Amino acid sequence: MSTLFDCRNAFSETLVALGEADERIVVVNNDSVGSSKTEAFRDRYPDRLINVGIAEQNLVGVGAGLANAGKIPFVCSASCFLTGRALEQIKADVAYSNANVKLVGVSSGMAYGPLGPTHHSIEDFAWTRAIANMTVVAPADPVETAQAVQAAANMTGPVFLRLSRMGVPALYDDNYRFAFGKASMLRDGSDVTLIANGVMVTRALEAAALLATQGIEARVLNMATVRPIDRDAVEAAARETGAIVTAEEHTTFGGLGSAIAEVVVQTVPVPMRILGVPGVFAPTGDPEWLLQHFGLTAEGIQDAAVEIKKPVLR
Amino acid sequence: MMAMPTPHPQMIEKLRRQANEIRRRNVRMIYEAGMGHIGGDLSATDILTTLYFDVLRVNPSDPNDPNRDRFIMSKGHCSGALYTTLAYAGFFPVEELDTYMQPLSRLNGHPDRTKVPGVETNTGPLGHGLPVAVGTAIGGTLDKAAWRVFVLTGDGELQEGSNWEAAMTAGHRGLDNLTLIIDRNRLQQGAATAATVRLDPLADKWRAFGWAVEEVEGHDYGALLDVFGRLPLEGGKPTCIIAHTHKGKGVSFMENQVGWHHRVPSEHELAQALAELETAL
Repeated sequence: MSTLFDCRNAFSETLVALGEADERIVVVNNDSVGSSKTEAFRDRYPDRLINVGIAEQNLVGVGAGLANAGKIPFVCSASCFLTGRALEQIKADVAYSNANVKLVGVSSGMAYGPLGPTHHSIEDFAWTRAIANMTVVAPADPVETAQAVQAAANMTGPVFLRLSRMGVPALYDDNYRFAFGKASMLRDGSDVTLIANGVMVTRALEAAALLATQGIEARVLNMATVRPIDRDAVEAAARETGAIVTAEEHTTFGGLGSAIAEVVVQTVPVPMRILGVPGVFAPTGDPEWLLQHFGLTAEGIQDAAVEIKKPVLR
Repeated sequence: MMAMPTPHPQMIEKLRRQANEIRRRNVRMIYEAGMGHIGGDLSATDILTTLYFDVLRVNPSDPNDPNRDRFIMSKGHCSGALYTTLAYAGFFPVEELDTYMQPLSRLNGHPDRTKVPGVETNTGPLGHGLPVAVGTAIGGTLDKAAWRVFVLTGDGELQEGSNWEAAMTAGHRGLDNLTLIIDRNRLQQGAATAATVRLDPLADKWRAFGWAVEEVEGHDYGALLDVFGRLPLEGGKPTCIIAHTHKGKGVSFMENQVGWHHRVPSEHELAQALAELETAL
């Protein structure tokens, strides 16, 4: 069993380093200093951590205002509250206003497990990627998280970073170069492409290993950026492998799988399976149990790939 | 306390004439566009004119100067008054007002900062301006900046809870570089605010949230200049100016009429409105 990392730590460390290099970096919280792991930033730059209290509409509006004052605000909150409660502020104050705000949705997906569907954030891809001028990113490991945070600070404009609190193994070393809108191929194959992001990437890689034992060579793409989607990588996957399975810790309505399907059906239509939470509120369970419950496992992805390839194998 | 100098009568006369010109152009613009929020435009005109023609430290030829005062128009539906004021203040050509809400015009029904010089944030949905203003004011305090933040809300708009989230933050942080002006015309789209959801005691609410409050006659340039000249009203507190206004101000048949929230004047009504405004000049 490999070591598992909480990507919030990479986020926290990167934020402190960014804050050191650039005084414009500020953090905005909604009583979420602990859950977003911004204590280190607060301790280092107490004036530059603005806690607006339990008030998400104000949280995002204040973030937009700070950007207007020339700051680079990282607005950090549990993703369920940030995107659900303040969606209109995200649309009008941030995206439509083209405010230089970095929205950081922490503990996304079903990371809050038994706290229940109020605290699950399995709609955030759909909500945020539907908004014009948004960049939507879900990094898969600590190195990618650190680079995505850095890239968000470097680009001028709105970004939504979706961070989990579930442990993930390291997938990348320091040679990795994250870029918005670029998929990262973690394994090549010609029979099927598995596309995932966030906590599902490692499961897709495990699925590819299982498929290899069955003689199915799977390509694995980490599609960290959901908007703008890497159309070239999706089109190439469809053309070169002929089948696509997507896996996301999100509802199957409007998320990563939908974004990829939008490209596939308009370029190289090939069979697809979209794995995720199938349009239901999750039952009670810890995060790992919930992923298993919904088939969001290496075996679940493997089964979908085998099933989609059946006509070929027969 | 030191007596404040009486605002110069010539400045008051200049503002009165400018506001009258803005009103006439605004009313005509809405007639030509066939759309607009005429009642709320006219209630805010004197506040906007006073701000842009005397109070705000803004430079139309450098609208993004980092050291500018920020004015945030929270009641974004009153874009007619904002655009007309910005145009006469020199942010863009007055002739461009002819394009108001026409296809591909940058003068959308609600202001867009990415297109219109002088607009600080995109508003339209209500209750968005004050939180943004609070964030901007916090940014100013971090830099110990001399520039100030002004935000204009409607009164019905205060039914949006986001305002009170922002009010708490501003009070808690003692943002004395922030001034909220409430266009207290007592009417909202469908009825009087008091008949919809009561706002009074409004001044007490803001005081309870930690703000310094003053009530003024929102069409009295002398009173507006006086209060704007005394900002912040109290050190260590954000300022709330409750400006008592009349929806449709300046046109007799529109004044205090809920029906004129977004009604468009007929040709005859336009002529009458312009005639009244010209007579007042």
